[in-house]
Amino acid sequence: MDLLYKIFIDPFIQMGGAPDLLLQTLWEGLVSGVLYALIALGFVLIFKASGVFNFAQGIMVVFAALTLVGLHAKGVPAFLALALTILVMLVLAIGVERLMLRPLVNQPDIILFMATFGLTYFLIGLGEIIFGGEPKVMITNELFLPKGAVEWKVFGGFVSFQKIDIAAAIIASIMVAVLAVFFQKTRIGRALRAVADSHKAALSVGISLEQIWVIVWFAAGIVALATGIMWGARSDVSFALQILALKALPVLILGGFTSIPGAIVGGIIIGVGEKLGEFYWGPLLGSGIESWLAYMIALVFLLFRPQGLFGERIIERI
Amino acid sequence: MFYRETGQYKTDYAADMALFPIRQDRIGIMLILFVAFVVIPLTMSSFVLSAVMIPILVFSLASIGLNLLTGYTGLISLGTAGFMGVGAYATYKLTTWLPDVNIVVLILLSGFVSAAVGALFGLPSLRIKGFYLAVATLAAQFFLSWCFVRVPWLVNYNVSNAIEVPTRTIFDIPVTGPNASPVVRYLVVLTIVVAMTWAASNIVRGRIGRSWMAVRDMDIAAELIGIRLYRTKLLAFAISSFYCGVAGALMVFLWLGAAEADSFNINQSFIILFMVIIGGLGSLIGSFFGATFIWGLPIVLRAAPEFFGVAVKSATVEHIQFMVVGALIIFFLVVEPHGLARLWQIGKQKLRVWPFPY
Repeated sequence: MDLLYKIFIDPFIQMGGAPDLLLQTLWEGLVSGVLYALIALGFVLIFKASGVFNFAQGIMVVFAALTLVGLHAKGVPAFLALALTILVMLVLAIGVERLMLRPLVNQPDIILFMATFGLTYFLIGLGEIIFGGEPKVMITNELFLPKGAVEWKVFGGFVSFQKIDIAAAIIASIMVAVLAVFFQKTRIGRALRAVADSHKAALSVGISLEQIWVIVWFAAGIVALATGIMWGARSDVSFALQILALKALPVLILGGFTSIPGAIVGGIIIGVGEKLGEFYWGPLLGSGIESWLAYMIALVFLLFRPQGLFGERIIERI
Repeated sequence: MFYRETGQYKTDYAADMALFPIRQDRIGIMLILFVAFVVIPLTMSSFVLSAVMIPILVFSLASIGLNLLTGYTGLISLGTAGFMGVGAYATYKLTTWLPDVNIVVLILLSGFVSAAVGALFGLPSLRIKGFYLAVATLAAQFFLSWCFVRVPWLVNYNVSNAIEVPTRTIFDIPVTGPNASPVVRYLVVLTIVVAMTWAASNIVRGRIGRSWMAVRDMDIAAELIGIRLYRTKLLAFAISSFYCGVAGALMVFLWLGAAEADSFNINQSFIILFMVIIGGLGSLIGSFFGATFIWGLPIVLRAAPEFFGVAVKSATVEHIQFMVVGALIIFFLVVEPHGLARLWQIGKQKLRVWPFPY
């Protein structure tokens, strides 16, 4: 009885007792959710256009952020470094297409998935050789990102919002909007969707698969750069971010593998759920449940709605 | 020329269905076993035995476990290291409860614990496949890692929060613990691995293995010919986890000698998946190739600069190692997506028809 009380009643009493704390937790969850969503967005872009499950998205985030910080440390002005990093991501996209995707076209999904594993290892090694393994500080000041916090007095307490988090949320929404317009309205966007529907049909109407792949990997690279800047501003830029990127997987499960808004909504659900779970139910189990709670949420969700919240295709079930 | 089955007539079904139907193969396997059991322990230094041979065998066993699931049944799992950990921790608990029972028996028993956990986490496989299932097994991986860190009961509440392997003997020879000699440990590992590989090869040739492959190739067709998907998939998870669990127990008790939760983290799962893919999906011998390749490559890379007389910092070597492994994985996938096992098959076929091209 006592246990049931602790699981089902006590946390809610705590929530009601200190609504400012609840709000703060919700906000923290929302922000980490937005960051998960940004990574998930990169996954979705590539999955949508090439059917490749890109495991390397996490390391691309780290790599982009490292390039930016590394270039700035070499004395390049911040915005020039930003432009150069974008160029690096373009080169990476072309390289990936030439050396990895093109020879592997028409192979089973698992093979392409494994190839992105190889890419991950390659980029880890390359990044460490060029920039070194120690954590670095993101150049927030130079990029005119806001600092400090806003406090909001409410319910007799206060909730503090980090300005950088607000900026992250705004940038994420802008990016989603831009991507949505890009996919729906532009010529290239239509070509991307055509490729996603059927490689062969797209080829037969004259869409160049190679070009499309370079474009999506480049777009994913830019998303990775934005994620890297935001994430790097909250903590340091280090290779540990790469494992955190795996959190994007449950986000994708929730949102559906092919849906851009799904990635955002899924990210927020996972982020909020995780923080609430950790804060209110965590002490019951010993702390650190954050590391697996997201996957468990996804697992339970899978049993009821395998295609995700916004997934367009019913996945094969048996 | 010498590798022909010409003139070897089979007169009954048993001979036709034998594990090695060709005489040359039988001679070959005898030779390999002779080298593995006699020549290697006699000639190799104890460092090579414990740093190269034992890990390769342990990882081969884990790869076989994953291969049964991914290669034969077509279910991707990213939770291999978690299941290995279950085996290791179960063995540790069993040695605490039953200090007098033979350690090899306990290691095999712990496989059953691992199998049960594996089957539990295999339950979602009934409704989902592919990457969705991979995420489900990722849940297993992270949950199990968390348990290893947070549940002190698993390590008997000791302060270091790690498994400390006790000394156990067979026929008064220490097999585990700090006093066990590498040769003894190697031979015990080798015996278990050979026995379990033999068992696996019979499982995959028999009714169970065939139903796995039917499910892998097309689940709906498999269901139509009367294979119960539910049981088949859960069995695949259970047997695969059994193998992984035993491999994990061997890893801690006969190789590392002590283990923390970190030995069973997500990277370990990825490395074993690499071994399976590089070795060849759906091939037992490929598992050995893959394990040897992935474990051996860094060792070779570390030795190479010294060999050429180039001084390179050890940190740089480690980073180059990452790059080379990554590049080689992509290279192999481009050149031969079916893995080293396919190269082996091609080689055998060429040898068979030599000197003619076909």
